[in-house]
Amino acid sequence: MEQLKTIGRELAMGSQGGAWAGQSKEFLDLVKSIGEARSKAEEDRIILLEIETLRRRIAEPDVPRRRMKDYIIRLVYAEMLGHDASFGYIHAVKMTHDDSLALKRTGYLAVTLFLSDDHDLIILIINTIQKDLRSDNYLIVCAALTAACKLINEETIPAVLPQVVDLLAHPKEAVRKKAVMALHRFYQRSPSSVSHLISNFRKKLCDNDPGVMGASLYPLFDFITEDVNSYKDLVTSFVSVLKQVAERKLPKTYDYHQMPAPFIQIKLLKILALLGSGDKQTSGHIYNVLSDIFRKCETSSNIGNAVLYECICCVSSIYPNAKLMDSAIEATSKFLKSDSHNLKYMGIDSLGRLIKINPDIAEEHQLAVIDCLEDPDDTLKRKTFELLYKMTKSSNVEVIVDRMIDYMISINDNHYKTEIASRCVALAEQFAPSNQWFIQTMNKVFEHAGDLVNVRVAHNLMRLISEGFGEDDEGADSQLRSSAVDSYLRILGEPKLPSLFLQVICWVLGEYGTADGKYAVSYIIGKLCDVTEAHLCNDTVKAYAISAIMKICAFEIAAGRKVEMLPECQSFIDELSASHSTDLQQRAYELQALLSLDSQAVGSVLPLDASCEDIEVDKELSFLNNFVQQSIEMGANPYLPESEQLGMSGVSNFRSPYQQEASSHTLRFEAYELPKPSSIPVIPQASVLTQTRDLVPVPGTTYYRENNLGSKLPTGPEASSADVGIKLRLDGVQKKWGKPTYSSSSSGATSAEKTTNGIGAHQDGIRSQSRDTVYDSRRQQPEVSAEKQRLAASLFSSSASKTEKKPTSGQRMPKGSDANAEKSSVARSVSPGNSEVKTAAPDLLDFGEPVPISAPTIDPFKELEGLIGPAQAVIDNSITTSGVQAPDLMATLYMDTPPSGSRSSSSGLVSEGVYSTDKGSHTAKPTPAVKKGPNLQDALGKDATVRQVGVTPTGNNPNLFRDLLG
Amino acid sequence: MIHFVILLSRQGKVRLTKWYSPYQQKERATVIRELSGLILSRGPKLCNFVEWKGYKVVYRRYASLYFCMCIDQDDNELEILEIIHHFVEILDRYFGSVCELDLIFNFHKAYYILDEILIAGELQESSKKTVARLIAAQDTMVETAKEEAGSISNMISQAM
Repeated sequence: MEQLKTIGRELAMGSQGGAWAGQSKEFLDLVKSIGEARSKAEEDRIILLEIETLRRRIAEPDVPRRRMKDYIIRLVYAEMLGHDASFGYIHAVKMTHDDSLALKRTGYLAVTLFLSDDHDLIILIINTIQKDLRSDNYLIVCAALTAACKLINEETIPAVLPQVVDLLAHPKEAVRKKAVMALHRFYQRSPSSVSHLISNFRKKLCDNDPGVMGASLYPLFDFITEDVNSYKDLVTSFVSVLKQVAERKLPKTYDYHQMPAPFIQIKLLKILALLGSGDKQTSGHIYNVLSDIFRKCETSSNIGNAVLYECICCVSSIYPNAKLMDSAIEATSKFLKSDSHNLKYMGIDSLGRLIKINPDIAEEHQLAVIDCLEDPDDTLKRKTFELLYKMTKSSNVEVIVDRMIDYMISINDNHYKTEIASRCVALAEQFAPSNQWFIQTMNKVFEHAGDLVNVRVAHNLMRLISEGFGEDDEGADSQLRSSAVDSYLRILGEPKLPSLFLQVICWVLGEYGTADGKYAVSYIIGKLCDVTEAHLCNDTVKAYAISAIMKICAFEIAAGRKVEMLPECQSFIDELSASHSTDLQQRAYELQALLSLDSQAVGSVLPLDASCEDIEVDKELSFLNNFVQQSIEMGANPYLPESEQLGMSGVSNFRSPYQQEASSHTLRFEAYELPKPSSIPVIPQASVLTQTRDLVPVPGTTYYRENNLGSKLPTGPEASSADVGIKLRLDGVQKKWGKPTYSSSSSGATSAEKTTNGIGAHQDGIRSQSRDTVYDSRRQQPEVSAEKQRLAASLFSSSASKTEKKPTSGQRMPKGSDANAEKSSVARSVSPGNSEVKTAAPDLLDFGEPVPISAPTIDPFKELEGLIGPAQAVIDNSITTSGVQAPDLMATLYMDTPPSGSRSSSSGLVSEGVYSTDKGSHTAKPTPAVKKGPNLQDALGKDATVRQVGVTPTGNNPNLFRDLLG
Repeated sequence: MIHFVILLSRQGKVRLTKWYSPYQQKERATVIRELSGLILSRGPKLCNFVEWKGYKVVYRRYASLYFCMCIDQDDNELEILEIIHHFVEILDRYFGSVCELDLIFNFHKAYYILDEILIAGELQESSKKTVARLIAAQDTMVETAKEEAGSISNMISQAM
């Protein structure tokens, strides 16, 4: 047994990454016991015990540093599982002061996980962060920057800001990148603190390192969101960067699944969408690069679709362009027709964006939309409701709102219920075909969403009922009111109604219950009394009810009729007069007082239909003038405005120094001056900043000069301008990442154009192929049910008369456009040279429909045979279960294969084939194939260590050993 | 931006959490409880996204482990899905065919790796190689520090 342990340990040490070396036995035991816990309660008990132990141990004097590190990691673990470990925070803070990098990192990790940015202990870390930001070791600087991102708050930004700004010029790109991201975080916390640094971010856009450039896009994106117009000058720079990225000028390491730096592309597209929004001229610059990317995007991979989706967003945001719209529509329809739910979801979202520009395109996809609406997947359904919300017109509002309400009734998620209820209300208010329908809809919403509805909505409804729909037709208004009263009287029979709805009912019954003379006064009052008894209602509803009773009585008295007090009404009034709520008491007494007044007085206290009268507020209080005049004549002191009052009493003299003091009370983070100030002159912060801005060399400029020696200067006047430092020079940057071609920008573009044309056309060919198959499968499906078609018709058709014809024409639409597209793409795919045609062959295998491919061609078991022989023997001897383990270990497939997953390993070869055909444009070095399949030695190592530790996958979690990635 | 990252096992056990927006300890517990109820019950063919309290949660399952990230309404879900995959690929490269157990016992290392990929809720580095290089540099620094400490303690013990 002992021997086995050693073997296990050796194996563990030998494997790359060190497996589980370096952790204490206690930690491993903790994890093990947690892993074996059968219930949450048991887990909690273990952790609480552990926390108690740690609390004792950590407080012992002279805990060795390495031991302390172990304790802190265990605390992090406890906190991660949701328990409070606040007693250990201070020790984590102390650990950040340590000199050794290992311990310092642990300390920083722990504090970033423990502390929120407003925690009291932060103040103790500031000094350490300041010191570490100045460290010679870039790894320490990195650790400090990571911590600063999490811990520095608005108040402490000034303490570290100058140093972080200095780090923008650090020789290590990792540090520059983190510094940019930290400044971005500071901007989010407190925009004013960083806003003077905009020029620095602009400079970082032409950093030599793509990582730093990519990082600079985040702050720039935020700045541009804030104020678009100040950054229009950057459009050409962004476009040229994007072009270079798309043309694979970045280092290969930024490729992701054969896409050139897709994450940077996405961010750039987001920025361009902002810049081009509603600006025809700017959008003009973007069109070219967008259509390039549309052509290059690989729709078979997830990341390709992510970029494609971002393109669609961009197209829908910038000034519309017909050609790009077509591409966007084509991409969207491909999303919608996909089998993957994710893509359908994106398709629905894209459609929602595109119909803002052209509402007609929805019609083509009506059946797909209906399918999504009826999909069992809630996420997809909700997204579809969002789309329907966007495309609601007065012709389809009834169907859509009905659907929404049905869905609303069926869900329990309060947050979404609120949202969908407010959408229903918005649609009903905007498009209601009739008052009747409107009232009914609102009733349903209130009945089912109840108190989740915003109070404002209830007030709106009351206002709408009292004011009518803005038409001057009194008759229609009163009809609306009486139908509202009818429906409310009916609804009051329901057993349980939300309080907000009851308020509306009470108010409407009070105002209009007796207006049309259909119902007797006593009937309405009786109903109102019932409301308070039948429903458990709060004081607000009672107040509404008694006010309503008061109004009805008043109308009666004003009309000269006698009011009979019902016994239940009397008891209701008595109850309220003795209520704890003074508001209710007052209302009750007011009602009683009102009953004793004569008809004229009552008529002027509560006139009929007064809710529509505008209340004019007399701000000058002119009606008090007489009273004031009298008082002054009687010898009262005249009123003095507040400012004069303060001036007279001298309070203002106290005030201003106090304010000054307050401002100087803020924390100081700079070190105190040394006793002899002559040796180190303290530079005020502002001058430091200007200094750096002046002195920092601009990489862009120097680079620009070097690279343009061979090429002609594209922009003469700009180059000679004085502020070269701050302005961007991206004409030069163009060749930064690619091969030094020394060609003028125009020729570079054309050569790239050629290559892209080749690829694009030839992908088109494939696309049409796959589309064919899609279409075929669609045709084979049984005819779409009549019900669906009817639904589609009611949603999408503009007039009811076309209901019968529309669905079929809609079905045909995609077919027609498909055929066209096919023709054109076939025509295009013929045109390029023979070389492309040859390479197309392997492509076809690969880019087709995402059929599950049994990816690894090598049988993992065969591979296993050789290696596992001796090792297995050892394991077999000791543990009987290992026979079952072995296949589990080697399982390489995903549990559920995502659409792109299985393809990645083989498509590397394909891209090699494609790109080696055009030798001129770039060196086609295929990325070294990612190591696939399980590393046997590793796996065995882990297995052995696990056994040594004693953790074996038990019945409740057999998957612990399963490779996450195949 | 990404508001938080949560790794959940299929049984709903928390394997890793990282919060980029402020959440109190109590809120964290509720978030995890709600999300595990929401995500773990979803079928395999459905969307990898769920809308949740005005945010979107993008998740992806690897073997028995769910990687979840919470993002804003207007973020690109497919991109986040790939960020998750990017993270897993880097983990895989670092640990060598990573499995859930690696993350359980080395959760602090997983944190270090995550810190190199995401910072302040944004993707910091999209080059696997750069991340790998930084992590390796940190590891070697730690190793040398350990060796030095070891040799010093050896010297001390010998001297005594």
